Amino acid sequence: MRFLRSSDAIILAILVVAMIFIGLVNPAFWQMSNLFSLLKENVVIGIMALGVLLVMISGGIDVSFTAFAVAGMYLTVRAMVALDYNGLVLPFMSAILIGGLLGLMNAGIIHRFKMIPLIVTLGTASVVRGLVLGLVGTSNVNINKMPDALVEFGKTDLFTLERANGSTYGLTAMIVIYLGLALALHLVLKHTMIGRSVYAYGADPEAAKRVGFSTGRTMIFVYVTAGALAGFSGLLHSSMIWLANPRDFVGLELDVIAAVVLGGASIFGGRGTVLGTVLGVFILVMIQNSLILMGIDTTWQRIVVGAMLIAAVTVTALRDRRALV
Amino acid sequence: MTSAPLIELRNISKRFGGVRALDDVSLSLDAARIHCLAGENGSGKSTLIKVVSGVYQPDEGEIFIDGQKVDRLDPVTSIAHGVQVIYQDFSLFPTLSVVENLTLNSFLREGKTRIDWTRARKMAREVLARLDVSLDLDATVETLPAAGRQIVAIARAMLADARLIIMDEPTTTLTGREVKRLFRIVHDLQADGIATLFVSHKMREMLEISERLTVFRNGKKVTEGPISDFDERAITRAMTGRDLHQGRFVAPDVTGRKPRLELRNVSVGDKARDINLTLMPGEIVGLSGLIGAGRKAIAQAIFGLRQDMSGEMRVDGVPVAPKSVPEAIAAGLAYVPEDRLSEGLFLTRSIRDNAIVSSMERFAPHLWLDTEKAGAETRKMFAEMAISAPGIDVPVGTLSGGNAQRVMIGRWLMTDARVLILNGPTVGVDVGSKEQIHGIIQDLTRKSDLAVLMISDDLPELAANCNRVLCMTEGRILGELSGETLTEEALDAALSREIEGEHA
Repeated sequence: MRFLRSSDAIILAILVVAMIFIGLVNPAFWQMSNLFSLLKENVVIGIMALGVLLVMISGGIDVSFTAFAVAGMYLTVRAMVALDYNGLVLPFMSAILIGGLLGLMNAGIIHRFKMIPLIVTLGTASVVRGLVLGLVGTSNVNINKMPDALVEFGKTDLFTLERANGSTYGLTAMIVIYLGLALALHLVLKHTMIGRSVYAYGADPEAAKRVGFSTGRTMIFVYVTAGALAGFSGLLHSSMIWLANPRDFVGLELDVIAAVVLGGASIFGGRGTVLGTVLGVFILVMIQNSLILMGIDTTWQRIVVGAMLIAAVTVTALRDRRALV
Repeated sequence: MTSAPLIELRNISKRFGGVRALDDVSLSLDAARIHCLAGENGSGKSTLIKVVSGVYQPDEGEIFIDGQKVDRLDPVTSIAHGVQVIYQDFSLFPTLSVVENLTLNSFLREGKTRIDWTRARKMAREVLARLDVSLDLDATVETLPAAGRQIVAIARAMLADARLIIMDEPTTTLTGREVKRLFRIVHDLQADGIATLFVSHKMREMLEISERLTVFRNGKKVTEGPISDFDERAITRAMTGRDLHQGRFVAPDVTGRKPRLELRNVSVGDKARDINLTLMPGEIVGLSGLIGAGRKAIAQAIFGLRQDMSGEMRVDGVPVAPKSVPEAIAAGLAYVPEDRLSEGLFLTRSIRDNAIVSSMERFAPHLWLDTEKAGAETRKMFAEMAISAPGIDVPVGTLSGGNAQRVMIGRWLMTDARVLILNGPTVGVDVGSKEQIHGIIQDLTRKSDLAVLMISDDLPELAANCNRVLCMTEGRILGELSGETLTEEALDAALSREIEGEHA
C-alpha cells in the first residue's frame, strides 16, 4: 500500500501513539467533553493552517496571516457595531474580501519584485497590524457589544450531550466548516491545474515557467486564498469567543506554522498534503491541550511548541535531503 | 529531399550589447534527422537554441517552419510547431511524481483546468512503452537517477507532440551504458519521425550518433556537412580554429627515487579493498573504472574526507593518516573534486580569495591577511595557469568552466602540494581549454615533481595524460595499463569486460 509509506501515514501513527500515551497519563483525555473541546480548538488554527499549507507548498512562508485575520475580524465587527448591522453572510464575505485583498498585496509584492515571502509577509503583517490599531482603534469589542448574529452563530452545535450532573456540552458545528474547507482545498490541490501549479511552482519555479504555467496567476491564487482563509478564520474566531480583540493572535504564527510542518509539508516547497496538515494541527492542539490538563504552566507550552517545530523541521528536512540523493 | 525542411533559419543575427552572439547564421533542420551542433562554450550554441525555441527574438534574419515564414517565434508558437528543448537541468519537478511530470504540460497545452488522473496514467504508460523503458509511475522524480530523469524529460517532449527535440549536452551526467540507451532511444524517435538536434562538445558521441554536423565558433557557422566528412581532428580544428597537439605524456625516469605516495593494503569501508598503489614523483597515474567502482572513495580517503580507511599510507616515505582536510593539506596532499561548482569554488568571491583559501595559515598567520603576499602569489599562479580573465579581483562565477577549473587546480598548487588528486579534471570544460589544462598539468607535474592521481571517465583524456592507468572494479585494482599497452581501445576493453562481468 502506497499510503502506508507516505508521510501522512507516519503522522497518523504518531498521532495514535500520542493519543494512547496521553490517555494513559491522564484518562480524562478520553472524556467526550474534552474531545469535543479539542475539536473546537482545531477549527480556527486549522483554517489558518490550510492557508499556510498552500503558501508552504508554493515554496514560501507566510507570517502575515494573523495580522490579516485581525484585520478581517476587527474591521468587520467594528463596522457591524457602527452600522448596527446584525447579519451573517455579508460580514463573512467582508472578512474574506479584506483577507483576500491583503493577500493580493502579498502576491503582488512577492511576484513583481521577486522578493522572499518571509520578509514581505513580516513587513505586511506589521503594516496591517499597525494600520488597524492606529486608524480603527485599540479597544476590544466585548460580548455586550458583539452583534448577536455572530454570537449565536458561534454557539451552534451539531448535537449536545448531557453530563451526569445535568449540564450539557456539544460538538461545535464550526468543525463542519473547517473540514468542508479542508476537503475543498484537498480537491483543488489534487485535481485542478491551478492546484498542481502550486506544487509545480514550489518544486521548481523556473521549470514551472518553462512548462508554460502562468506563475503570476499561481502566486495570486496562493496568497489571495491564504489571505481569504485568514480573514474568514479571524471573524469565525471572534464569533466563537464572543469577542473582537485587535491585538489577538499575537504569536499564533508559530503554532500554525509548527502544525503545518508537523503535518509533513516541506519548508523547501513542492510537498505537503491537506490530510497531513489536518493531522498536524490536531497533534499540536492535542499536546497543548493535554499540557493544560496536566496543569503545566503556559510558559512551558511555548517551549514545547518551539521544540516541536524544530523537531518537525529537522525530520522533514532530513527526509527531503535523503530523497535528493 | 524535396519537401521543405522542418525548420530553416536564414541569416540570423543576435546581439547582446556590443557582443554578436549569433552572426549571420543559417541552419536548416530536416524532419526525422539527427543533427549535431558543436562548438565551444560561448560559440553561440545556447543562443541558437533559444532562438529556435522562441525565447530570444533574432535582431536580423528569417525563420521558416515547414516552408512557411514565421514572423515572430515566441515560446508558445515554437512549442505549437513541435519544438521541445531538453535543458541540461531537465526542468522537471523533483517533488512530483513521474506521471505528473510527464503529463502536466500536455494538460496545460490543452487548456485543461482539471486533471484526469486516469487519463494521465494511461498517457504516461503509453509513452514509456513507446520508449521501451519501465519506470515507477508514482515515484517522485527526485528519487530517479539522472538517466531516469532524462527519460522522463524525453517522454514529456514526446507527449507534447514533438517533431524536433533539442538536447543540450545530454550525455554529461550519463554512464557509458546509459549513453547507449539514449542513442537507442534517439534512433527510435527517428523511426517515429522525430528529429533530434544534439548540442554537444563530445567528439565520439557526435561521430557515433549524428547524421549531419554543424560547427559554430564565435557566433558564426564555421562548417557543416554529413558526418562522414568529419573525423575528430577536423571537428576539433573547426571548433577551436587551430590544431591541437595530442602528445602522449611520458614520465621522467624515476629509478632510485622515493615514491611520493604509497598505499599499502588500504581498505575504505565497503567501497574499496586491498588497494596497493605507488605514485612516483613526476608521474601521472590514471584511475579508470565505472561509477561506483570505488575511485572517489579512495580519493576522499587519501584526502582525509573519510573516517573508514584502514591500512598504511605514506607520503615521501613518512606514514600519514589524515583525519581531516587540514591534516591532509599539511601532509602535502591536494584534491580537486569533480563538482567544482558545489564542492570547490566560492562563485561570488574573487579569484584571489578562491586561490588562497586552502593556504590561509601561510597568508594570514596572525589574524590579518597579508594582502601583498596573497596578491603576488595569486598573480604568479594566475600566470602559470594561463587564466584568461581581466584580473585576480574578478569573481570566479564570471569565468568560463575552463578558467574556473584552472583557479581550482592553482589553488591546490599554492598549498605546496606534492600529491595532487584530480577527479574529472576537465568535466564541463570545452575542447580548447581542456587541451591547455592538460598541458598545464603535464608541465607542472614534470617541473615540480608532483605525483598526480587522475580519476576520469574520459578515456582519451586518461590515455593522453597518464603514463600508467589503473583499472578498478568493485573496489579493487584489477589491472594496469602502461606504455605501449595504454590506449583508448585497451581502456575501453577493460571497462566493457567489467560490464560483462557484472552480468555474469
